[in-house]
Amino acid sequence: MSLRSFTLLLSAVAMLVCANLSSASESFVLSEHCPPSFEKNAQGQCKLVNMYQMYDSIENKGMGGTQTSLPPYRDGFTPQQIDLGRYLFFDPLLSPNQTLSCASCHQPQKGFADGLDRSIGILGEKVKRAAPTLWNAAFLQRLFWDGRATTLEQQAAGPLFAADEMGNTPEQLLNSLQNNTYYPDMFKQAFPASQKIELAQIYRALAAFQSSLISLNSRYDHYAHGYHQALTEPEIEGMNIFRSFVARCSECHTPPLFTNQQIAVIGTPEPAGLPLDVGAETPFHSEKLKGGFKVPTLRNIVKTAPYMHSGVFPTLREAVDFYNKGRGHAVPEGVKMYIHWHIWEPNLTEQEIDRIVDFLGALTDESLTPAIPQRLPSGLK
Amino acid sequence: MKSNKVFVTLLIAGAFVGGMYLGKGQQPAPTITDSAQKIGYQGGFKKDAEPASMSKSAVKAREVEGQTLVVKPGSLIMDAVKSASPGDTIQIMPGTYHETVYIDKDDIRIIGVIEQGKRAVLDGQKKLNDAILYSGNNIVVENLKITQYKGNGIMGQAGNNFEIRNNIIVDTGVYGIFPQLGKNGIVEYNIVSGIEDAAIYVGMSDNIHVAHNHVFASVAGIEIENSRHAIVENNFVYDNAGGILAFVTPGLPVKTTYDVIIRDNFIHQNNHVNFGAPGSTVSGIPSGTGMLIMAADDVIIENNIVSDNKVAGIIITDHANAPNITIDPESDPTPERTMILNNVMVNNGYDTIDEAKVLMLSEFKQGNPDIVRVGDNTGSCIINRHQYVTVGVSDWAECNFTSTDNIDSYILDEPVAPREIHGSERGKMAYLGICTGCHTYTGRMIGPPVQVIQAMYMDNPQGLADYIAAPVKKRDDYPEMPAQNYLDEETRLAVAKYMLSVKN
Repeated sequence: MSLRSFTLLLSAVAMLVCANLSSASESFVLSEHCPPSFEKNAQGQCKLVNMYQMYDSIENKGMGGTQTSLPPYRDGFTPQQIDLGRYLFFDPLLSPNQTLSCASCHQPQKGFADGLDRSIGILGEKVKRAAPTLWNAAFLQRLFWDGRATTLEQQAAGPLFAADEMGNTPEQLLNSLQNNTYYPDMFKQAFPASQKIELAQIYRALAAFQSSLISLNSRYDHYAHGYHQALTEPEIEGMNIFRSFVARCSECHTPPLFTNQQIAVIGTPEPAGLPLDVGAETPFHSEKLKGGFKVPTLRNIVKTAPYMHSGVFPTLREAVDFYNKGRGHAVPEGVKMYIHWHIWEPNLTEQEIDRIVDFLGALTDESLTPAIPQRLPSGLK
Repeated sequence: MKSNKVFVTLLIAGAFVGGMYLGKGQQPAPTITDSAQKIGYQGGFKKDAEPASMSKSAVKAREVEGQTLVVKPGSLIMDAVKSASPGDTIQIMPGTYHETVYIDKDDIRIIGVIEQGKRAVLDGQKKLNDAILYSGNNIVVENLKITQYKGNGIMGQAGNNFEIRNNIIVDTGVYGIFPQLGKNGIVEYNIVSGIEDAAIYVGMSDNIHVAHNHVFASVAGIEIENSRHAIVENNFVYDNAGGILAFVTPGLPVKTTYDVIIRDNFIHQNNHVNFGAPGSTVSGIPSGTGMLIMAADDVIIENNIVSDNKVAGIIITDHANAPNITIDPESDPTPERTMILNNVMVNNGYDTIDEAKVLMLSEFKQGNPDIVRVGDNTGSCIINRHQYVTVGVSDWAECNFTSTDNIDSYILDEPVAPREIHGSERGKMAYLGICTGCHTYTGRMIGPPVQVIQAMYMDNPQGLADYIAAPVKKRDDYPEMPAQNYLDEETRLAVAKYMLSVKN
């Protein structure tokens, strides 16, 4: 070992000791390292690096076939902003009675959804829609089921302040963070130029953290990059049905993200007793979008049952089978919906439906699941 | 009174144009544009440089020919595809094959061997979905006969540089030939019939050449949808419900269609009953439509022979006036700069739809319409309009050009090249995209720290590359590493080198 590397080792040990000391004094030092799959650039920002960057796509839309580039995405946050977002995300301090965090409905072990047909908010009652997965949220041009937000920052304000979701108010949220022992210092680490905690910083940190949830290394991806043994024969069969023009799944659930990010009217039923959810009709002020919802990604889809905007289908197989039952079969009587042209009667066999479900199982990759904080600044669990 | 007003307007217009008829004296002479001078179109796709040689090829030229794999009846085409490497050619001998052929590799040519008129026939027996599905670049599909599939005959998903040529596709599901999300491709000399949507459908693609095809007895003949820089020429488009379509369909991720040249086609008797699937976009096309331009921009229609299409020779519409069309705030519903040059139009519109009749009434027109424009439209032009029965084009300008002869093809001189990724860059992508999920530089994660790996393999990147391809359990305190053999050899070595070089 050379003298120089010995010195380096010594200083590394010294740093470790420092880190231990600071954790003993219980402050929170935000990470200076970018999360996996991100590279820190000269400006100290985390930039996404991924195998799909080897490819191109038509009009740079990031949609197409196996070897297609990714859609435009959010990155460029600092490691500290991402890490602050992680603490905020898991901290129930963000709800007024300190019972709900973002992670209550977006649980890492449940595909960043919650396993419920519709999530349960602060009032203890089910809200209108299901919690969508957050995997690959960095790539989304529209947020919420009805596509009413266009940035993760806009989106963040939604559930925080919706009376039936987290039920907070901007004033109370800022108060609880400002009066916390640790958060003012943590915000200072993430936003050094600012003197006090601002709402925009909360949104940005949450956006930064969610942008780090990358799932692009499933067995399907191994196949796409050229290793065809990665999928089993039944899965390949399923993939070919999935992208066939009979099933047409990939026309809207287009690789590599398995969503084309459009609003589609497919006419799924509501669970018994629930009124019709008109979806995108409301934000887009158009009857033609009645019953329209954002096409969701299918990555990690086996983790996020039940399915559809109000969780009407308990299993993936039932969700796939919906498309086999005929155009508009579940549209309530007297309701006019402009059902998407790809919804038809593909007459898939039972075996073909099974194969599609097999293939969807190959879209699972949770290798970059972030660590859940051992200890939260609020001291809450 | 109103008719007087129109008459006065016509007089004024006539005065502008100049000449008068001899004899009757009061009527304005039409503007006759002589297109023999061939004033060239100055718009359209601009290539980077003049081609050194006029190559008619869209696929990348092969420096070295690979193997030729011959498939005979009784064996599977797919077995050949699985064993093929880029650069290989698969020859399929005459006979019947029942399978779906999917090609997720680059530079594969599937060539049917035609012996005394006998072809290799892919027969889906109305059980199989698609006949040929490809996602690779530089794919050629030639000389096949495809029939009785439920989905598409030949479908491309994001493959660039393709050539689909000399295939016969009969009674095959939804689309006969459907390249989607691809750039730089040729579809030529195919015979396609009995298709319940478009016989040839170019979707969300760029730089496309559709020529010398014979398409008939389908709902739509040739459809250019949400695509740019396309030429449709020398096709025989006969007995479909709608002949040639240039569309912007809302709700797709690629939002525009522009720079489309439709020229030198025979568009004849497209009066087939519309048997499109309920709710499909084409099911709204009135049977009897020669050409339909919906919301597409910069479409040039030139030197087509358009005859005996009972609703109209050409319909130009915006989204609001088209049936079955949803809305999309991001797609422009208005067709802009439609350009109609000389065309031969005979006996169109003899049994037209009520909507066209109403429009004609509003313009005090009589006769059978050749050209119908409905809804918003801007910047359009036409020459020799007096030859046709038109509605909705009286305020169009005269075109300032008469020919597209100066544009030979929108096929790229150099095929689309793969993004150039060099070794270290490739290594970085794999390291950050894959390895960092389990390894950090100093700390313990799922796998041991990179520093420790560096200490073990510092001078031996090949050893590390070999290890990640087939890892064995080395440490009791860490889980066994999953094999990274899905990365190719070059990438494995590149990532090993990269991992050994990182400093934090």
